[in-house]
Amino acid sequence: MSTPLVSVRDLKIGATTDSGRHVEIIKGVSFDIAPGEIVALIGESGSGKTTIALSLMGHTRTGCRIEGGEIRLGANTVTAMSEGQRAEIRGTEVSYVPQSAAAAFNPSQRIMDQVIEITAIHKLMPRDAAEKKAVELFRALALPHADTIGSRYPHQVSGGQLQRLSAAMALIGDPKLVIFDEPTTALDVTTQIEVLRAFRSVMEKGGMAGVYVSHDLAVVAQIADRIIVLKGGEIQEEGATQQILDAPAHPYTRELLAAFEPVLHKPLEFDDADHQPPILEVRNLSAGYGPIRNGEPGAKILKDINFALERGRNLGVIGESGSGKSTLARAVAGILPPYRGEVLVDGFQQEASLAQRSKEQLRHAQIVFQLADTALNPAQSIETILGRPLTFYHGMKGKAREARVIELLDMVRLPANLRHRLPSELSGGQKQRINLARALAAEPQLILCDEITSALDTVVAAAIIDLLKELQRELRLSYMFISHDLSTVEAICDDVLVMYKGEVVERLPAAKMSTDATHPYSQLLVSSVPKLDTGWLSGLEQDPALLERFGNR
Amino acid sequence: MTDKALSFRLPTPRNLGYSFNWVGRIGLLVILFWAVVAIIGPEIAPYPPGEIVNWDYFTPMSHDYLLGTDYLGRDVLSRILMGARYTVGIALVSVFLACAGGVILGMVAAVVGGWFDMILSRLLDAFNGIPSLLFGLVTVAAVGSSIPVLVLTLAAIYLPGSYRFARALSVNVNTMDFVTVARARGERTPYLILREIFPNILGPVLADLGLRFVFIVLVLSGLSFLGLGVQPPNADWGALVRENIEGLSLGAPAILFPSVAIASLTISVNMFIDNLPTKIRDRS
Repeated sequence: MSTPLVSVRDLKIGATTDSGRHVEIIKGVSFDIAPGEIVALIGESGSGKTTIALSLMGHTRTGCRIEGGEIRLGANTVTAMSEGQRAEIRGTEVSYVPQSAAAAFNPSQRIMDQVIEITAIHKLMPRDAAEKKAVELFRALALPHADTIGSRYPHQVSGGQLQRLSAAMALIGDPKLVIFDEPTTALDVTTQIEVLRAFRSVMEKGGMAGVYVSHDLAVVAQIADRIIVLKGGEIQEEGATQQILDAPAHPYTRELLAAFEPVLHKPLEFDDADHQPPILEVRNLSAGYGPIRNGEPGAKILKDINFALERGRNLGVIGESGSGKSTLARAVAGILPPYRGEVLVDGFQQEASLAQRSKEQLRHAQIVFQLADTALNPAQSIETILGRPLTFYHGMKGKAREARVIELLDMVRLPANLRHRLPSELSGGQKQRINLARALAAEPQLILCDEITSALDTVVAAAIIDLLKELQRELRLSYMFISHDLSTVEAICDDVLVMYKGEVVERLPAAKMSTDATHPYSQLLVSSVPKLDTGWLSGLEQDPALLERFGNR
Repeated sequence: MTDKALSFRLPTPRNLGYSFNWVGRIGLLVILFWAVVAIIGPEIAPYPPGEIVNWDYFTPMSHDYLLGTDYLGRDVLSRILMGARYTVGIALVSVFLACAGGVILGMVAAVVGGWFDMILSRLLDAFNGIPSLLFGLVTVAAVGSSIPVLVLTLAAIYLPGSYRFARALSVNVNTMDFVTVARARGERTPYLILREIFPNILGPVLADLGLRFVFIVLVLSGLSFLGLGVQPPNADWGALVRENIEGLSLGAPAILFPSVAIASLTISVNMFIDNLPTKIRDRS
């Protein structure tokens, strides 16, 4: 092996917390990157993958410090440089593609000005040459209207395009190393494919080395040559992509891979299920936002939705962002009153708006939200949060209430003494369990889960799914499970509704999603989910006409 | 391990997370000092505050008159002790009335929304358009000056600002998922504003209260200067500064000490508010 482009030796990064305690974030990490090689850093949140990636530019987040070790990039020793010298190499030697391109672009400047900013800062080339080079990059990244897209503002292009434009911004200074920080995590699966393809081809052509930070093994398998698995600021395993996928040596890597194994859901059999009305039935439901004129809101989101969910069964709702999945959950729960159509829970018709529904009606259907951080009141202790629905629906007080809170915590597999803590003192997975426990406190029959595992790490999400299944067996619940992640839906649902632009385009059994999909949009969606196979992206062929029609580019 | 240690600790402020730094403690001490003075001040005053005790005016500090005498030869220490009751009392009561009213209305407007919010907001905006001193002047001139009238007028002047502030904060909290969950549970407005929203806007609201307190002390002084505030021979600190303004060129303690009193109170209120325990300040 020739001299590596990047070599990191015994890197230690630490931070001092608000209370003055010193924490080690990166505990002595060493690795090399050869020229032209793409190395993936993979691990759950808090594993230090982004911290390491940023340190390659000599940058740390506020409060963090590089405390030991050495980072060498080409001829420069980054750790020994002054801040001014580091600024010199950023953009020309090493550059960065952020997770959220939407937040990385200045909304009030044209795209072209922002893409070629690096050439102006480092005085690399005259403006004409820079613009010409940017257009070439736009072409290489397969952006539509490459000649004119630079004159638009960031809000005038789609999310996938913006992500590719931010890659163009990073590549314009011909860096030797590009850092990708979860660049496709915020994108829909159909868009993700485009972006990954563009990244891969441009990196291959340019012969640049890359660091790809991600928590998604399947995405990484498509683009990386080598994978470094991180946990708790230490390297767990390091190896070629194929080797990591086929023969993982470390137990943690196996755990990560196991979370990918499709666990098919076995529908539960309840003896008396046949003779009862469906737990949830929705007829001709239409809902929207905005001022209401002639009985119809200005922005119509849901159009004529019909479905039924049998007792003890689970219904998945899938679709891209903006397809109306969450709006459907809100309309069913009454948070957004539908302007037309009916919602029947357990055979009884529900009033449209929350104020008209009775406590008993509200109790039967509970909603759990995606972001556990914002769904728990930061000023209330866990006991207060869980106790309120008990008092509100069941009139519990004092000792009885406390006992029930402990019981609920036990149901979601959390220790009882957690009840004295505030939400900010819990981890993401624990918060989501509390969120679930609050819904269970009402003793509902139906739980509407709005992307409840999307913000969690793979392993934590898999544990939540297992918990949901267990609770279903014990309490005979039914779930309406909204997600953009098809493998999660597959793991828990019996049936799946595919939504596109506010309409249900197809209803399928979850186990047969990949084979039975007949609607072209469902086919596209199913085929776009990355597989744990290094050759998947190269071998993937999608009908360009379909992409044109449904791909949100 | 850690959990066990947590459950066996004594419930002192530090262990509960309610301790705060020295700057805040000094602020609190000064506030408490003035509060005590406001209560027992007249009892410990060496002379009756309205009585002319010395034929010489603007005298320096002496053994008989600890803080000198004012422009009529009255004892300044006695007058400051008497003024504390007016300044601290009137300002505190009005600032609490203004903030309580403004915050409650603001939270209700944010939670209820729609027409209620619109009408209330426009009404209070219009009210805000009236210059505060002019409004005070007209009310006091029309109704006559008494302590309750002063308190209510000052509270009315500062209520719209507090309302705007609290409403803006509440609107942000109101869109959070935990409020949506509470709504979906079927909770009514009183629960929503008291338990879900109020604890999460408390920190900024307290900071706003500190600022407003200072403004009220100043407007009260302004009203007293115009003869509409506290009536002679009684006076609040602002009035003491005003009536002794000629003493400024003489460096008389009669003007220095009322000013120091105002400064110490307003600064320490802000020192205290800015250094409240993190648990209260940074909840949201």
